[in-house]
Amino acid sequence: MADSIQMQVTRYTPAPDAVPTVANYDVPLRKDWSVLDGLNFVKDHIDGSLSFRWSCRMGICGSCGMNVEGEPQLTCATFLSDYAPGPVRVEPLTNFPIVRDLVVDIDDFMTKLPRVKPWIIRDDDVTVIDGEYLQTPEELEEYKQFSNCINCMLCYAACPIYGLEPDFIGPAAIALAERYDLDTRDRGQRERLDILIEKEGVWGCTFVGECTRVCPKHVDPAGAIQRYKLKAAQENVMAFLLPRAAR
Amino acid sequence: MSAPITYRQPVSRLWWIRKRTYFLFVLRELSSIFVAWLAVFLMIMVVAIGRGEASYQNFMSWAASPVVIVINVVALAFLILHTVTWFALTPQAMVVRGPGSRRALATKEVNVAGRWVSAATVVRVGGRLPAAVVIASQYAGLIVVSAFIAWLVLR
Repeated sequence: MADSIQMQVTRYTPAPDAVPTVANYDVPLRKDWSVLDGLNFVKDHIDGSLSFRWSCRMGICGSCGMNVEGEPQLTCATFLSDYAPGPVRVEPLTNFPIVRDLVVDIDDFMTKLPRVKPWIIRDDDVTVIDGEYLQTPEELEEYKQFSNCINCMLCYAACPIYGLEPDFIGPAAIALAERYDLDTRDRGQRERLDILIEKEGVWGCTFVGECTRVCPKHVDPAGAIQRYKLKAAQENVMAFLLPRAAR
Repeated sequence: MSAPITYRQPVSRLWWIRKRTYFLFVLRELSSIFVAWLAVFLMIMVVAIGRGEASYQNFMSWAASPVVIVINVVALAFLILHTVTWFALTPQAMVVRGPGSRRALATKEVNVAGRWVSAATVVRVGGRLPAAVVIASQYAGLIVVSAFIAWLVLR
């Protein structure tokens, strides 16, 4: 194995009319080094001005998502040795505005996420003193997969629809809506449906399926969206068949 | 505070050739045009049969022309792609439950005759059939329907 690998990293300094450029850095190639380790080496030893997000280094915080060789990846879970002999291209996540270098602006997702009300909605006034809401392991299993989302936004970077139609509410938000809809303790289906039944909701999705392929937590947002479409379609049929007075 | 300056990454017009999976998706979307074509072709045939022997012979000689044959061969290829890809996606889009599923009670907001009410609802949990079983049963269904149509036409 060669003892170094070249990283081709996107650099961008915000200024009117500024465009991103590519900088090449040679970093040590070690078997146990992730792409994130390579970036940290650059920051510590070559250029301290390189900006990127990271935190846990163990694939759970969801901060270090970047495009590695064009694929949205958690850089802490992507190994440099897999790209040997290199070079390895590291870019900011696609479909998001670049703030600086590899840091992207995630405000759009942060405003969309609460719109689908990803929390348990109840219409009764049960307090903690009244006891807990019981749930069987089987009932938990129904939504558990969708609750594994870490908001890393790799699915948004992979989704061509989100790139073309920025109003699309997106894979992760819909998967989280489905997570609460499938929860036996929740009663918020109607409130979420109002938002998701719109054109920018589930109907924006054309089932490319790339969100599911890139998801590091195997959430399967594409599956969640198609399942939701089935529910939304049933609603539409109901609205069409029933007389206005009965609705 | 004014909004920070950011760089909006442009989406290339050729985004769909950037990845094999994107390209396959576009082909799958395109396949619906050929499915529609084959439906129209079938309807033209039915109309021709309805108009009598001469009309049917006309249709047959038109259908045997090289251009129509080429179109239909391409359409068949897309039809196969359409069938295979959509069958493969079904288990992801649909939860099909087998005998292992169990009934559970949950209080849900349900739409009763167009009105939303909180009600104790029976939901089914568990027993989700494996993807392979769902896909296999679709092919089994396709074979049964195809065999019936073949019998209807050829008997």
